[in-house]
Amino acid sequence: MSTVISTIDLGDIGFGEGAHLLLKHVLAQVRPGGRVAVTGSHPALTADVMAWCRARGHPAEAGTARPEDSVRAWVTRGLSESYRWAGAERAGGPAPGQRVSEPSARWGLAARGALVERGGPLATYQLSREEQVWADLAPRLYAQAAAAQWDPATAVPWQAEFDVPDEIEAAVIQVMTFLIENEQAALVLPARFLTRIHPHFREVVQLLAVQAADEARHIEVFSRRAALSGRPLGTSTVSGRVSLFTLLSEPDFSLASFLLSVLGEGSFLSLLAFLDRYAPDQVTRTVARLAHQDEARHVAFGVAHLEHQAKVDTGLLPRLRSTVERRHEALSGTSGLNEDVFDALVLLAAGSWDPAAIASGFAAVRDLEADMYTGRVRRLTRLGFPPGEAAEISALHTRNFM
Amino acid sequence: MTLLVGAVAYDEKVLSIWAGFRSWLRQHGLQIDYVLYPHYERQIEDLVAGRIHVAWNSPLAWIRGQRLAHARGRKVHSLLMRDTDQDLTSVIVARADAQLSAFDLNGKTVAVGAADSPQATLIPLSYLRRTSAAPGPDLKILRHDVRLGLHGDHIGGEREAAAALLTGTADVACLLDATNLLLAGDGTFPPGAIRVLAQTPPYDHCNMTAIDTAPARLVDKFGELLLGMSYADPEVRPLLDLEGLRAWRPGRDTRYGALAAAVDEEGFYDSAGWITAADYEP
Repeated sequence: MSTVISTIDLGDIGFGEGAHLLLKHVLAQVRPGGRVAVTGSHPALTADVMAWCRARGHPAEAGTARPEDSVRAWVTRGLSESYRWAGAERAGGPAPGQRVSEPSARWGLAARGALVERGGPLATYQLSREEQVWADLAPRLYAQAAAAQWDPATAVPWQAEFDVPDEIEAAVIQVMTFLIENEQAALVLPARFLTRIHPHFREVVQLLAVQAADEARHIEVFSRRAALSGRPLGTSTVSGRVSLFTLLSEPDFSLASFLLSVLGEGSFLSLLAFLDRYAPDQVTRTVARLAHQDEARHVAFGVAHLEHQAKVDTGLLPRLRSTVERRHEALSGTSGLNEDVFDALVLLAAGSWDPAAIASGFAAVRDLEADMYTGRVRRLTRLGFPPGEAAEISALHTRNFM
Repeated sequence: MTLLVGAVAYDEKVLSIWAGFRSWLRQHGLQIDYVLYPHYERQIEDLVAGRIHVAWNSPLAWIRGQRLAHARGRKVHSLLMRDTDQDLTSVIVARADAQLSAFDLNGKTVAVGAADSPQATLIPLSYLRRTSAAPGPDLKILRHDVRLGLHGDHIGGEREAAAALLTGTADVACLLDATNLLLAGDGTFPPGAIRVLAQTPPYDHCNMTAIDTAPARLVDKFGELLLGMSYADPEVRPLLDLEGLRAWRPGRDTRYGALAAAVDEEGFYDSAGWITAADYEP
């Protein structure tokens, strides 16, 4: 018989009151094969110890039941609990720098850094390699995003004085109608991909989740601004919807985030800055400014991720280029930006139907398009495209902006 | 040749368990198919008739199988069992505030499980009859016949017996020790509400029963493979967890005496294995 190396007194606590935790705790400190003497005064103690130990593979014997013998049961630590953890592995470490580049499909939803029991179902994530999703900037961007969340109810001066001429108001509503439609696409796209990313890269998943939440708020404030004067919404054209459809139908995460964040949201930065500048009222200016802050973060992640990927995947840049070319081809038969949107932007910048003002507004929109173009060239160059090629690709981007 | 193994589908998980075992055993070179039965009586009759080779039997089905086989000049043997099938006990429990002794339950109402439950009916009632002063207690038996034919595998009968005890419909209840532990753990029995009046001596529960007409080579291989299943193997562990064991043990037939005696006292089966219990229709 093995030597007794431990004793546990359970007092008057029963197994329905947590006594098993005490027994489990002491058994964990004993080597397999070691014995534990269990004492205690709960009436059902012996029966409960025996039943509990049987189910867990710990051999147990009842005490003698003699009054002078205080031991109610003898428990020998079995092997099966330690078997459960044989071959278990750590899912990397908790800090972003302790991630692994190819997390196992067996880790599933386990926290990064958890000790993962072997076995179980394979959780297959399409995006399970670091270079497919990661950016070193992601943890910092997530922290910024979480800190920068604003409340649509209080961040926008909905009660501010409102005196916008009817024709200008119609232009604002048309632009808002366009923004809502585009932001719906910008919400759905990251939401669709975040379920396909291995949860090991949790900062990326978190960032995309906040990105989707950002877009939800943008849709809310743009919708509220559009409804402010009680007029009907503007138009949605086939060409605009076809353009967004080609964006949503891109199955590859990197290519989709290139089209959405680097090119589309990148162009939107210019558009939102334009609206900030030419807004005829406080509410329009504020919603444009708030959305601009968030979109800048989305663009930063898209660029950082693709920069990271381009370093390890030399085939990336040609793929990015052909994606833009493919989309350009697909959209070649469409009419581009909704004319109503273009006209509305001109009128917003003009401020009135005065011919000289219209000419100035028209020039401002041409400047906006030029600003979008050079912004794209700058980001494409940062990804590693030579300037000439960056210019070519920028020129092929959808005329629908997003 | 394919080994045919019977199992009773007392719960949906039985399908997962046997589909898993079948796949694992086939990977390890043994062709088996499983046959699921709605109750143990049909399964044991088929085993003794040779329609299946091995049956995953309740202890009561084991008793009947021995008798049926003996009456036909055949033999069954206990090939293996789970570690958790060895040395079970039943407990007789009362409300903590009741002034009762297990040795004097005259006129008291005893809540038990289903008529065919070894652990919650047959063995504890036999124990009470044996340990009480002659001529034995005049007990009022309150039976909870949940899903007859499953031999108490379905825990519903025991849960109803426990409820009868808590509501005062019964004075004591008979339960498997593990069920008593479960009911304390899930809060059915509030802390301090229940007292264990008595505990039966240990007995064995299920076993994998083979009939002597089965192909010995396949039966032996089946036993060897199951005994070799290791809880350390992550492929096997979920199956063992589902089936409620950490390791298979070689079968033994030495700890079924209390149940055999109880079967005779109740007149549940006759010596040839025919069902003689009144109003027992699985």
